[in-house]
Amino acid sequence: MPQLNSDLERRLTMAVERMPAFPKSVQTILEMTRNINCLPKELVGVIEKDPVMTMKILRVINSAYYGLPNKIASVGQSVVYLGINTLKNLALSIAAVGILPRFNTTGFDIQRYLLHSLTVAAIARLLCEKYARGETDPGDCYIAGLLHDFGKVVFAQFMPGEFIKALAITVDEAKPMFIAESEVIGADHAFVGALLAQKWQFAAPLVQCIRDHHAVEAAPSAMLDCLRMADAVCRKLAFGDSGNPWREEELAGLPQRFGGDIAAVVASLGDLQKIVDDAQAFAQIGTER
Amino acid sequence: MKVRMWGVRGSIPTPGPRTVRYGGNTTCIEVRADDGGLIILDAGTGIFPLAQSLLGALPVTASVFITHTHWDHIQGLPFFVPIYIPGNTLRIHGAYDIVSMQGIEQVMDVQLQYSYFPIREAELKAKIEYRTLTVGEPLPVGDATVTPVLMNHPVTDLGYRIECNGKSAFFTGDHEPWRNIYAPDDPEHADYQAMVDQRQAELDAAIGPVDLLIVDAAYTQAEYPQKIGWGHGTYDMAIAMARRVGAKRLLCTHHEPTRSDDDLEQAFAEALGRHPAPGCEVLLAYEGMELVL
Repeated sequence: MPQLNSDLERRLTMAVERMPAFPKSVQTILEMTRNINCLPKELVGVIEKDPVMTMKILRVINSAYYGLPNKIASVGQSVVYLGINTLKNLALSIAAVGILPRFNTTGFDIQRYLLHSLTVAAIARLLCEKYARGETDPGDCYIAGLLHDFGKVVFAQFMPGEFIKALAITVDEAKPMFIAESEVIGADHAFVGALLAQKWQFAAPLVQCIRDHHAVEAAPSAMLDCLRMADAVCRKLAFGDSGNPWREEELAGLPQRFGGDIAAVVASLGDLQKIVDDAQAFAQIGTER
Repeated sequence: MKVRMWGVRGSIPTPGPRTVRYGGNTTCIEVRADDGGLIILDAGTGIFPLAQSLLGALPVTASVFITHTHWDHIQGLPFFVPIYIPGNTLRIHGAYDIVSMQGIEQVMDVQLQYSYFPIREAELKAKIEYRTLTVGEPLPVGDATVTPVLMNHPVTDLGYRIECNGKSAFFTGDHEPWRNIYAPDDPEHADYQAMVDQRQAELDAAIGPVDLLIVDAAYTQAEYPQKIGWGHGTYDMAIAMARRVGAKRLLCTHHEPTRSDDDLEQAFAEALGRHPAPGCEVLLAYEGMELVL
């Protein structure tokens, strides 16, 4: 990976430490944990829908103190290693940081970003089950989808001036977001997301997936294929908005394992409405302004 | 290697006529390496009588390994008298607390606060060293080696495997075997079960075929359904663990604080009755019990 200015790297890393999580997960975790008998699976169900909480928890479980030979890539696995009470208290300490504002000064809509991340995650898992079973783990594909655009929310939260300029370039010059970010910031969200994931010792395939999700020339892998296809499907169908609308010219660069017909892939996945409804409910789209 | 039990009670000290045979002090185990090196597993109230036994041969050098920082495993530390005597050395080892994001060095500090204790940490006279452990990384203590292993409890809990000249012991600290958090008809059940099975296999491999396995067996089988998630096991779970790892001797400890000596013996006998061939010698821990490996 190319080098990032070390001062910028330090700023971004520290920024994530202080980063609040999403409103729905914070609110739900505070409510659920008032009940001493709250069900572990329900707690996991909330945490694994929040990219910030997931990122922070994977960072902890993969830290050197645990000396785990295999990297942990899911919230469920984290429960097995840390125990539900430790996970609950970690989630509470993240919840105590506060909540991400829906719109910060950049105008970047974090609820539509979350909807995008959640639908990409769920569809990446579906694609894996249908097209790449046995090659990679569907749960890992879910995490890759959930975290692939994490760099954007970091930019929006902590580098608002630069991020506004990048957003303007995408509109004025019709350029993809990652190119605009590189022009303004010197690194795109994929690079920064991967940098953080690598720094926190996430599994190498997950780091590579985050880094390469816009890189058509990157060496393919089953997880990256599922992520890139899921990203394309969600942007084509406008599930959420990560500041990067679908462009038909991207079609040619999609992974070959799915064939060239994006509509056929969508049709093969069956009814996606439940995925969208669940994600909307969590992202609170349509429930508040 | 010698092992002596100074505290075998779980959760809270239980003095009184109902517990005189097994004892009421909370967890503390003295392990003597072949070269006489002193290893202390946990600093519950049992560490106070242990401390008294050490005062005849100063200076004291002791390596304390804290399984976890719940009160019943640390509350004796301020009463470990050698810490007030110059020339002694206490090396305190334990886990990194990921919620407070602090190492084991907070274990004394949290207890020696003005409102709770008359002496400040800065006023201790012995040399106190802290070492936050990395799971799986063996640490030499004299001619013994201590390896921390991640267990399952409502706070990070390290079990310790101690090896010395071909002999071995393992102490779980507080531990409840992993359970599936999903119902059998949940779609996530199978994947989670696979993770639980893998975790159990990893633990069994880390414990290995020990000469002595000291296990948290707080509950009876009948009590357990009301205590799920509290972080403790049963006699039956301890016997199953001993059988899986091929332990030569199993020592059941962390006795439930409401259990009298008679009740304890009855519960233990009932458990043994369910396992007439446990595959190893199964013992009930009592204060003052000494085992030579």
